[in-house]
Amino acid sequence: MMKRSHPTWGLAVLLPALLLAVPAFADDAPPKLDSGDTAWMLASTALVLLMTIPGLALFYAGMVRKKNILATMMQSFTICCIVTIVWMVAGYSIAFTTGTAYMGDFSRIMLHGIADHIVKGNDTQAFVLASGIKDVADMATTIPETVYMMFQMTFAIITPALIAGAFADRMKFSSMCLFMALWSLIVYAPIAHWVWAPSGWASQLGVLDFAGGTVVHINAGVAGLVCCLVLGKRTGYPDTNMAPYNLAYAVIGASLLWVGWFGFNAGSAVAANGRAGMAMTVTQIATAAAALGWMFAEWIAKGKPSVLGAASGAVAGLVAITPASGFVLPGGSLVIGVVAGVGCFWSATSLKHMLGYDDSLDAFGVHGVGGIIGALLTGVFSYGALSATDASPDGSPGGMSQFILQCEGVASTIVYSGVMTFVLLMVVKVIFGLRVSEDEEREGLDIALHGEQVF
Amino acid sequence: MKLIMAIIKPFKLDEVRDALTPLGVQGLTVTEVKGFGRQKGQTEIYRGAEYQVSYLPKVKIEIAIADDMVDAVMEAISKAANTDKIGDGKIFVLDVERAMRIRTGETDIAAL
Repeated sequence: MMKRSHPTWGLAVLLPALLLAVPAFADDAPPKLDSGDTAWMLASTALVLLMTIPGLALFYAGMVRKKNILATMMQSFTICCIVTIVWMVAGYSIAFTTGTAYMGDFSRIMLHGIADHIVKGNDTQAFVLASGIKDVADMATTIPETVYMMFQMTFAIITPALIAGAFADRMKFSSMCLFMALWSLIVYAPIAHWVWAPSGWASQLGVLDFAGGTVVHINAGVAGLVCCLVLGKRTGYPDTNMAPYNLAYAVIGASLLWVGWFGFNAGSAVAANGRAGMAMTVTQIATAAAALGWMFAEWIAKGKPSVLGAASGAVAGLVAITPASGFVLPGGSLVIGVVAGVGCFWSATSLKHMLGYDDSLDAFGVHGVGGIIGALLTGVFSYGALSATDASPDGSPGGMSQFILQCEGVASTIVYSGVMTFVLLMVVKVIFGLRVSEDEEREGLDIALHGEQVF
Repeated sequence: MKLIMAIIKPFKLDEVRDALTPLGVQGLTVTEVKGFGRQKGQTEIYRGAEYQVSYLPKVKIEIAIADDMVDAVMEAISKAANTDKIGDGKIFVLDVERAMRIRTGETDIAAL
């Protein structure tokens, strides 16, 4: 007689076998940590912080007059401190939690919950930022959330520090502190969310920005332009001699920026892999090409290749390659570098003097213009295979449709940053005022604001 | 007593000092100064901002000597500091009323 197999028994036997054969889906298994990736990201974080202190501090301080050197360095140093706290309290939560398409939620206020996966001293799983949207892939990493948060913090720190270049020599310290705290929360964090969180509208649309062409450079550049227009020109500009006091500092600063930028761009791969290697490669090539581009353009136009020009050209190249660094190949990076070097030479020397605004250290001329050049050219030179994933096997190759997406990303950053920066300046003006008095400006900010002098 | 004040080109300082030692000049004071006479400055350009810099670096030497050494010192300085080019500098002779060596209290000629 045929024994009837009881269906339940059959399933009970088969089910474990079936489960073992089925591959683990991301939703079920905790994301795995990779110590190589984590080590690189820890190092990258340190490199990017070095870009602000002392990289940017020296770069900017070297370009101002002797009486403002300390005050300029103080801006970078203090912004590092203020943004650290603001990021911890709310900035990170607004930028890098699921939330809506326009901003994150408040689940990580005060970094609440960031230690949830720690068992016996270590994280048990890697950071995954859920998109919260069906059919939109989560952002999965192989590193602990603290490392991702810290890496992003260093970006949040340098962005407002860049703006300070536009209003050098004339902003009140109290006003600057309040403005930067508000700006970091209200302008930086949302834009970072739009572009880098998987739930962000720009990310969903397909705008490409590997390491912050829009989020950092266009954002800071446009904010800088608004600041210098609202605060007005320095007393005595443009006829007074305002020559840089110590360009040696500026060269040292630019060099620290260059090396640190490997953390900025290659670190944005969030992994120690070939993409990071390619990002490092294109960063170096674009920067060198831009420095030479600016240098030769200046040599031809003005008769002498200047040290300030070579250093500025390098920074322009670094800025322009930032959004493109994870998407382009060496050939594209060479073009991006040359265009940025020559283009930013023109915007920092000719455009500024033509239009007459006093963007003292060329926050807009280098970061704004360079960022726009880079963000747009990313849409031209993007190599599909670098951005391909399982979900999107062709990646985001360059072409007309990608270029248009880049234009949308650039335009929305310009509008939001411009408008909100203006609003915040008006708020700060009511509370503290914005500009130092003419006497303080003539005496110099080192003595007037800080009671100290360096030489 | 006289004070010789000479403005010279900075790179000529050692030559002038070497020319003064055999004359018995015991000490001198050196100050780094800026100035211009007939020598023109230069144009400096920083990111497109052009500045005309008229003030050129010079060195000022001050020597206190007895009246009878003035001619010899002036000739030694002018020979040593000369380059036959505009900007070589000038020498001035000022009268000194009184002088004192601080350590010993010696006054006037004994202090020089």
